[in-house]
Amino acid sequence: MTEHEPSGFFDKPENVSKLLKVFYVICAVLVAADFAVHRHIYHDWEKIPAFYAIYGFVGCVILVIIAKEMRKFLMRGEDYYDE
Amino acid sequence: MNSLMLVPPFLPLMLGALAAILLRGWLRNAIMLVTPFIGALNLMGFEHGLFWTYEFMGYALEPVRIDKLSLMFGYLFHLASFIAIVYALHIKDTVQHVAGLAYAASAVGAVFAGDLLTLFVFWELLALTSVFLVWARRTNRAYSSGFRYLIIQVLSGVMLLAGLLIFAQVTGSLRFDDIGLEHGGIAQIGAWLIFFAFGIKCAFPFVHNWLTDAYPEATPTGTIFLASFTTKVAVYAFARGFAGEEILVWIGVTMACFPIFFAVIENDLRRVLAYSLINQIGFMIVGIGIGTAIALNGAVAHAFNDVIFKGLLMMTMGAVLHMTGKINGSELGGLYKSMPKTTILCMVGAASISAFPLFSGFVSKSMIMSAAVAEGYDVVWLLLLFAAAGVFHHAGIKIPYFAFFAHDSGIRTTEPPTNMLIAMTIAAVLCVIFGTFPQQTVYALLPWDANYEPYDITHVLTQLQLLFFSALAFVWLNLRNMYPPELPSTNLDADWFYRKLAPAFLKRFACAVYGVYTKFEESVIALIKRAVQNSYDAEAGQPKGYFAKLWPTETMVVWVAVLLAGYLIIYFF
Repeated sequence: MTEHEPSGFFDKPENVSKLLKVFYVICAVLVAADFAVHRHIYHDWEKIPAFYAIYGFVGCVILVIIAKEMRKFLMRGEDYYDE
Repeated sequence: MNSLMLVPPFLPLMLGALAAILLRGWLRNAIMLVTPFIGALNLMGFEHGLFWTYEFMGYALEPVRIDKLSLMFGYLFHLASFIAIVYALHIKDTVQHVAGLAYAASAVGAVFAGDLLTLFVFWELLALTSVFLVWARRTNRAYSSGFRYLIIQVLSGVMLLAGLLIFAQVTGSLRFDDIGLEHGGIAQIGAWLIFFAFGIKCAFPFVHNWLTDAYPEATPTGTIFLASFTTKVAVYAFARGFAGEEILVWIGVTMACFPIFFAVIENDLRRVLAYSLINQIGFMIVGIGIGTAIALNGAVAHAFNDVIFKGLLMMTMGAVLHMTGKINGSELGGLYKSMPKTTILCMVGAASISAFPLFSGFVSKSMIMSAAVAEGYDVVWLLLLFAAAGVFHHAGIKIPYFAFFAHDSGIRTTEPPTNMLIAMTIAAVLCVIFGTFPQQTVYALLPWDANYEPYDITHVLTQLQLLFFSALAFVWLNLRNMYPPELPSTNLDADWFYRKLAPAFLKRFACAVYGVYTKFEESVIALIKRAVQNSYDAEAGQPKGYFAKLWPTETMVVWVAVLLAGYLIIYFF
């Protein structure tokens, strides 16, 4: 690393937390919009308020938890096939 | 244009490959860059129909069939080869240039093949030309990976050949049209053989590991060619031969879902993209399986978009590999400081594959999902929705995050060569244009008649909710330190069966056979030794046998007497 390198934008925690705040606000607005806007309903489950938001969040958390569990019996050393 | 001036669609690219063998330097680069344009212009000259038909052993061959479906893939492959050529301009490796162009030519030949025999020829050429892009990495891993790739690809070709021979025998025609799986008698076997041949090239579950094995081992530039052609030819073949087969819906939804779990825990970022390639093909296969006009349009439109955005993502990761020599998530991070342009280009690709509104994946993916709901595939629709969230998670967030952000790896480098940047910029601009103006671009080429309006408030809002809350899940898991860290590792997949289990089994079997053989050999030798020892009297210093005690002349006299006696007996009879 060079000595006097200008520190990157994401090196400062305050920048990161600012961005995250903007992100949270967008998420909140999207959920609020669900009540303001009349969506077309193609499937019964879509009647649940903020169905897509809930599904996306829960789906991804489950995805990561299952993937982490998979590591327990699928993960081997980097050179597993080269040995 | 006068049809006399037209040449078979694959020929311009193939001639470009031949020129690349002979030429060097700027002349070679110029020829390679011009070749896809000549090829595309040549395509524009064709009317719909069959060209250069001829008889072969009583069968009508139709080497070039032009219709909307084949034209769409034809244009796509010329566009993809142009981008990949620009991306590879800086390298001096003749093998890669020639293999890349010949591979693109084979893909073009395959989608314009009007009969199964021509399809088979290009099907095998795809395998033979592309494997050199893997071997060109010139590492031991790439070498053995390329061999596994070649064996599986050739197996697919052999199955296609077997299937088409059965079909030709039963129906008396080699024409490649709707094949379907409903046949009687032996034609059923032929149809299934062709189905599996396509399925192998399409990376169906359990036969998908050639893709995740070989693509990440290829050269940074070679992978761009690889990701564009083989699987898309297979998607085309399914759309042509097996549209509306319900089994494809279930195979497709499996392909869309299972790779995302592997992608989350995979460390090699190009292998993450290989898994996500299978996931995207899953969407296309579902569309083909549903088989309505809108679903089929969605499938081929998604294939078109996927080549560009997956190519873009592969190019950004290739640029990282080219500049840093590293591609594992565990070794990268913080590259946004030294590669800001590549970072932005990567994020455009990430937005496109995640189907953000105004980016190319949005329209085509929602066409397939709407078709699934409209045809009553509720479970499929829910699983596709899950897969769509998962794509954003692993390809949209994980790829840019671990390569360019996350913790600073301390790597300091520069932007990749200009030609790489240009190729990535072209792809990124196309992603935005296709996503923002779908009706004027890709969707004007769609083969089936169907109206679809993607940009209504429902689609945009629900898609944004899905994506932002998937991102929220990532943020939340990360802040709570629940996100699985990138670890140097190998994850077992279906290839374990032929890379570990089968070799271990064969080794044991071979050992057992060898053990039995050596034991048998030993016992035979012991038997002979014993026979020799028993025939010699060591104390007396002479053999035990009666004849051995005599002089050789005496022995001979005895045998002559026996012979004469025998002769006498035979004479009397």
